[in-house]
Amino acid sequence: MSSRRLFARPARFAAIAPYAWMVLFFLVPFGFVLKISLSQTVIARPPYVPLFDLTQGFAAFKAALASLSADNFRLLVSDDLYVLSYLRSLVVATASTSILLLIGYPIAYGMARLPKRWQSVAMMLVIVPFWTSFLIRIYAWINILQHDGLLNRILLALHLVSTPVAWLSTDTAMYIGIVYSYLPFMILPLYATLVKMDPALEEAAADLGSSPRQVFWLVTFPLSLPGVAAGVLLCFIPIVGEFVIPDLLAGSDSLMIGQTLWLEFFTNKDWPVASAAAVLLLALLLIPLLFYERLQRRQLEGGR
Amino acid sequence: MAEDISRIAAAPETVEAEIPVTASTPLLRVDGVVKTFGTVRAVDRLSLDIRSGEFFALLGPSGCGKTTLLRMLAGFETPDQGHILLDGKDIAPVPPHLRPVNMMFQNYALFPHLSARDNIAFGLKRAGMKRSEIDARVAEMVALVRLEGLEKRKPDQLSGGQRQRVALARSLARRPRVLLLDEPLAALDKKLRESTQAELMELQRRLGMTFIIVTHDQEEAMTMADRIGVMKGGYLEQVAIPRRLYEAPCSRWVAEFVGDINIFEGTPRLDQAGRIAVTTRDAGTILASASSDPPTQSQVCIAIRPEKIRLSRSGPASNRDYGHAANRLEGTVTEVNYLGGVTTYKVKLDSGTVLRASMANTARLDTDAYGASQRVVAFFAPDDCVVLER
Repeated sequence: MSSRRLFARPARFAAIAPYAWMVLFFLVPFGFVLKISLSQTVIARPPYVPLFDLTQGFAAFKAALASLSADNFRLLVSDDLYVLSYLRSLVVATASTSILLLIGYPIAYGMARLPKRWQSVAMMLVIVPFWTSFLIRIYAWINILQHDGLLNRILLALHLVSTPVAWLSTDTAMYIGIVYSYLPFMILPLYATLVKMDPALEEAAADLGSSPRQVFWLVTFPLSLPGVAAGVLLCFIPIVGEFVIPDLLAGSDSLMIGQTLWLEFFTNKDWPVASAAAVLLLALLLIPLLFYERLQRRQLEGGR
Repeated sequence: MAEDISRIAAAPETVEAEIPVTASTPLLRVDGVVKTFGTVRAVDRLSLDIRSGEFFALLGPSGCGKTTLLRMLAGFETPDQGHILLDGKDIAPVPPHLRPVNMMFQNYALFPHLSARDNIAFGLKRAGMKRSEIDARVAEMVALVRLEGLEKRKPDQLSGGQRQRVALARSLARRPRVLLLDEPLAALDKKLRESTQAELMELQRRLGMTFIIVTHDQEEAMTMADRIGVMKGGYLEQVAIPRRLYEAPCSRWVAEFVGDINIFEGTPRLDQAGRIAVTTRDAGTILASASSDPPTQSQVCIAIRPEKIRLSRSGPASNRDYGHAANRLEGTVTEVNYLGGVTTYKVKLDSGTVLRASMANTARLDTDAYGASQRVVAFFAPDDCVVLER
């Protein structure tokens, strides 16, 4: 009866679906991670205690609950290794997102001003790299950036450098990799905002005495801010947790939090500390997400 | 009145004659302007003079190039050939932000992120005016378009009519030499459009500013403009005051574009009384008063507006060859449409051609109405006929 009613109202079912998805595939697993982050590491399988075993009775459950502690979080905020990893992640994400915005905005703007039939072509060109595996593209960059790689050979041939430059295992290589990989995520939301902007608005600004530069800063840019916010968050959040690109392209002297987390989990087999690091990372990323949420809500209200 | 019309009709029907020869140069002179998009000539060797303080309307069907011409005046398009002279200076190469011309956009193009006040002040700030001057000018503009109390609202918090007034205030604030209006009333409903037309005319007269309006609505153009330029395929077909445009169109195309009209093709000759007698296939011989130059073509059109035609059951008793009933056509009423102020009739002539007539409903009680299948005589004066040679 109740399931029949559920399906008789597809609209209501559709409204429930995303929540069900979030509970099943986000909230429940996150509960596991949170529990492990409060546990202690042991050499066993699984490698942490306490374990909740409901067959042992209520007293054992209470004892297990009492043995949970926030020690792992204390370790994270007191140990330089983790603090520096978090800081490096934030610095790398901020710097890369800024570069992405500086490169992505002019490209998106140019795309939005193309004649209609060229816009879909440009869009394809932005998306086409996704047809190749992400890992293969990063390995291709290793090839390009290595000692006798394409980049060094070109620079030598043009006599711009006399000896090969060590690109690989530097921050430069990592930034190249990140910017290259995330550029579509910056361009697409910006393009979507710019292309639906009424060109008459820019003409009106010019008509009212704005130089081309003023037209951009007084009208075009302020009106594209929702796209800027979307692009920045779409890049910033995953870059903070980025693991593959810094691991393959950057040096090993300083790690991003994703790499530290990986080390704790797979090399140290310290699941509780790794879980605590993951929980803290999520808490950190919630700040910009909440900010974005508020911005969107304000826009919805303004649009009414 | 008939005399008045015939005088207008008797004037030479050329565009050049519309511009009176004055010692002063016109405010705005468009001289042989050509604009091509791809292979399409949107504006084709167009010349036009606009006097200071004039309310000028560019009228034409969509795609006739009227918007392109307006955009060239604003500076959004550059002419491929020709000159646009403002106060005698060529402004064709001047970018839009340096022209003393402002435009009111079709969908208003209000800045959605700015309040009504900041929209109006936008152009003033760019002009580098002092803050106190800006405040004073904005207050003046707000009062002018009656927007008091709405200054802080964003465009999406305003009604269509209010947005239209913000757009008008914004385009007037810089006191442009010429204000360009691109279909300014198209987005308003009928009642609001009529009251806004009156406001625009009042405003233009009070400010003494030059307005150029683009519209596809001939009634709007007739109501507001001092002169109307009818555009077709990139050039001006006729430039004239509204009355002349309607009563003395220069071509068959203009006659048919502006208002309703009956047109018969035929061969002209001069009769012994000096009138033009056009022998038509569909309506016999129709007499028209002679214009100053006799027709030069062997085939012409003779045109008569529906409201100039009167219907009667037996035909008027006056002299058949002269006077107001010189032209008589017999037929059967096929359609009657009561529109309130007027009733329109379709009369099927014995040749099979349909003649349209309309008569004002001057009396409330209708004692003499014509119904379908009624035999009638349609009659009209030679003075009311226009001979069109193209």
